[in-house]
Amino acid sequence: MKIAVPVEEKSLAANVCPSFGRTPYFLIYDTETKESSFLENGAAASTGGAGIKAAQTIVDQNVSVLLTPRCGENAAAVLKAAEIELYKTTSPSVKDNIKAFIAGKLLLLDEIHAGFHGRGGR
Amino acid sequence: MPDFTGAGADNMRLAVLSGKGGTGKTLLAVNLAAIAKNTTYIDCDVEEPNGHLFFKPQDVQEQAVTVKIPQVDKERCNGCRKCVEFCNFNALAYPKEKLIVFEEICHSCGGCILVCPEKVLTEKEKIIGQVQKGTSEQVTVYTGILNPGEPSGVPIIKRLFALNKPKTDQKTIIDCPPGSSCIVMESIKDADYCILVAEPTLFGVHNLNMVYELVKLFEKPFGVVLNKCLEEENPAEKFCEDKDITILGRIPFDHELGILNSNAEVAVRSSAKYRAIFSALLEAVEKEVSHETTAHS
Repeated sequence: MKIAVPVEEKSLAANVCPSFGRTPYFLIYDTETKESSFLENGAAASTGGAGIKAAQTIVDQNVSVLLTPRCGENAAAVLKAAEIELYKTTSPSVKDNIKAFIAGKLLLLDEIHAGFHGRGGR
Repeated sequence: MPDFTGAGADNMRLAVLSGKGGTGKTLLAVNLAAIAKNTTYIDCDVEEPNGHLFFKPQDVQEQAVTVKIPQVDKERCNGCRKCVEFCNFNALAYPKEKLIVFEEICHSCGGCILVCPEKVLTEKEKIIGQVQKGTSEQVTVYTGILNPGEPSGVPIIKRLFALNKPKTDQKTIIDCPPGSSCIVMESIKDADYCILVAEPTLFGVHNLNMVYELVKLFEKPFGVVLNKCLEEENPAEKFCEDKDITILGRIPFDHELGILNSNAEVAVRSSAKYRAIFSALLEAVEKEVSHETTAHS
């Protein structure tokens, strides 16, 4: 199974990025092969609709699960259409969250925010 | 050279603008329109139109404003994703063999329909707001209203101006949205003269500078009205002096005006003092416009 996580740097030692749509990179982790790869997020500098474009990037990687601290409604619509499950990260460390997910300790992300839509982090 | 289409003091189109909200655009625009009598007032601040609160127009007629957004024939879409890649606003996505259109993200450019090789995208109408027309004594009041969540009020402004062709015997006062973005540019495009409203603070100077640069870029003749004036030093006034900008007049920071405003009264209709202040302002503007007309004809 492939997992995606928004990360601040191209490293397994990096922190989870608080923004899904505008994260600089995504980590794609394969739980079977234990391989990890990093992907640039082309949506990071979008004038608008960053969440939609970031979600499309994740969908195209054929991942089954996204670990993220939060997610906007438009991004969630794209991810849901692709049947990707969203789990809420519980700590800054990428590694810890992957371990927690594999151990079944992460909960589904049930709170989808209405998006900031050009209004900054309000 | 300013675009001066034969406007004189009788049929001038005045745009009132400022770099931020709350400086006094509506106060000035409403009172100028009311004191000039036979006028048209156009509220282009479509995200928060306030002029109608003062004018309380009668016999209001409404008209919906629509834009065109794409709809997809899902049966025939082959998932080439040319539209998804094209959209600069990311209004389209293609997860799991299904195209999704995010209507509130779409800016109605029509590009996706043009790039679709299968011709499965077509246009459909979507209501984004409305325009209203009514009268308040001798003022014709136009109000543009954008529905919450819509990305751009420009189509509403275009409709307001399409409905209100320049008349030969009537002044038009355009109450602009705050700032200096596309929607403000659309509002001042056909104005003969721009009035910039400024607050007496450093922050006010920063905001004044934004609209100052805009009207310079548009080569519009303009002047400044200093609002909320106190006895003390006025940084906005200093800015005007340094840049050699015409100061059309001053509105005092005054308790009486504050009360009139909070009660949604048109100051010139309720107070002799303010009739005098806004008459003088209107005269100063008319003088400037006549001067511009002579200078450029």
